[in-house]
Amino acid sequence: MHFFYAVLRRETLLLVRHRQDWINPLAFFLVVTVLFPLAISPEAKTLAVIAPGVVWIAALLATLLSLDGLFKADYEDGSLEQMLLGAHSLWPVIYGKLLVHWLATGFLLALLAPLLSVVLFLPGQAMVCLVISLLLGTPTLIVIGAIGAALTVGLRRGGVLITLLVLPLYIPVLIFGAASVQAAAQGMAYSGQLALLAAIFLLSLLLAPAAIGAALKVSVRG
Amino acid sequence: MKFKLPLWFYQLASPKWFYELSGKLLPGFGWAALLLLTVGTVWGLAFAPPDYQQGNSFRIIYIHVPGAILAQSCYMLMAVAGLVGLVWKIKMAHVVAKCCAPIGASMAVLALTTGAIWGKPTWGAWWVWDARLTSMLILLFLYLGVIALTEAYENEASGDKAAAVLALVGVVNIPIIKYSVEWWNTLHQPATFKLTEKPAMPPEMWQPLLVMILGFYCFFAAALLSRARTEVLTRERRAAWVVTLVEEGG
Repeated sequence: MHFFYAVLRRETLLLVRHRQDWINPLAFFLVVTVLFPLAISPEAKTLAVIAPGVVWIAALLATLLSLDGLFKADYEDGSLEQMLLGAHSLWPVIYGKLLVHWLATGFLLALLAPLLSVVLFLPGQAMVCLVISLLLGTPTLIVIGAIGAALTVGLRRGGVLITLLVLPLYIPVLIFGAASVQAAAQGMAYSGQLALLAAIFLLSLLLAPAAIGAALKVSVRG
Repeated sequence: MKFKLPLWFYQLASPKWFYELSGKLLPGFGWAALLLLTVGTVWGLAFAPPDYQQGNSFRIIYIHVPGAILAQSCYMLMAVAGLVGLVWKIKMAHVVAKCCAPIGASMAVLALTTGAIWGKPTWGAWWVWDARLTSMLILLFLYLGVIALTEAYENEASGDKAAAVLALVGVVNIPIIKYSVEWWNTLHQPATFKLTEKPAMPPEMWQPLLVMILGFYCFFAAALLSRARTEVLTRERRAAWVVTLVEEGG
């Protein structure tokens, strides 16, 4: 447990000192969302229909963008290799990294989302659902995306590749996340979709670290 | 007690042994594929009765369904081979997994293309955002991801392992493909063949389909073996037996 706290402390310090690591995804989230009214239509009626999907896609892309750097710095300065060599299990390292990363990106995205939903004229009744769905969905996106980040960390051009690897795996999360907000916007029950989101989250939280660990070993040791 | 698998399993790990065995099996699969595909195509296109609603346009099913089935089974084989390669550190398993990916991807493309051609006369659109179609498209993307990842690594062994991890992660997608049909069930008809039930089609229609599916499997086996043989020779080019083989003009 002490080791886990040490990981949390280290990751938090790193994020505090590298502010752009968590500010950039948030800025990206805002800017991308603003593009949709400009490109499609400024009308409230149109925007209200597409708002759930737009916010979800923007959050998904912002999360994906933030993942490229998840293991990069540790890989380049060799600390990742030390973690693999060390006496401790890799699981606390992975969970600690993912938790801090989620707090700095996904959690903040979920808090920022109501602001965007107002700009996009999303019905007020869907606001709560939007925040809950993002709180449940973004950790899943980070956990699954970390597999892609771990697989590509040793490659020179990992950035585009990670998108190709991870986006297909994101589709169920996107479907249920956006569907829950759509249902809420139409005044229907949305607990089913949220339950499925939670189920996918728990499943990926249990299984993904094994894949992340294996991928990191491949990337570092070859 | 030590866990032991049958001897042939360990023998498969030897590239030389695999090369010799596949050389013997390849013509069998090749001829079987040719025979079954010819019989199935002629039977399905010329002799099977037309559908009472769709007329003759339904005949594309004899290409479409085997392609779709194979695209999915090929992914399973790729993932299983990847797992075997990761767990038992068998080089040959990675060769098989690597050779599965392009075949599976082309089968997915075949299923999507024939589906689009079939969709135009029956649904009136080349493409609909139906769960089944979308899942097949995702499967194609997963294949592309695996291929791209394998190619991205300069070190062959790392690329193999990375692709195996990705393939295993993607297996999560296969049940989603299956369940999505039942959850969203929009336009696409449910699966043609189920192991537990009798097919809804009359026998004159599904018998040629069965022949075609078997033919596709034989074709897949032949394509996989010949790809794997080439890959083995490339990878083992410095091994003594390959050098001898080439010098003897084999």
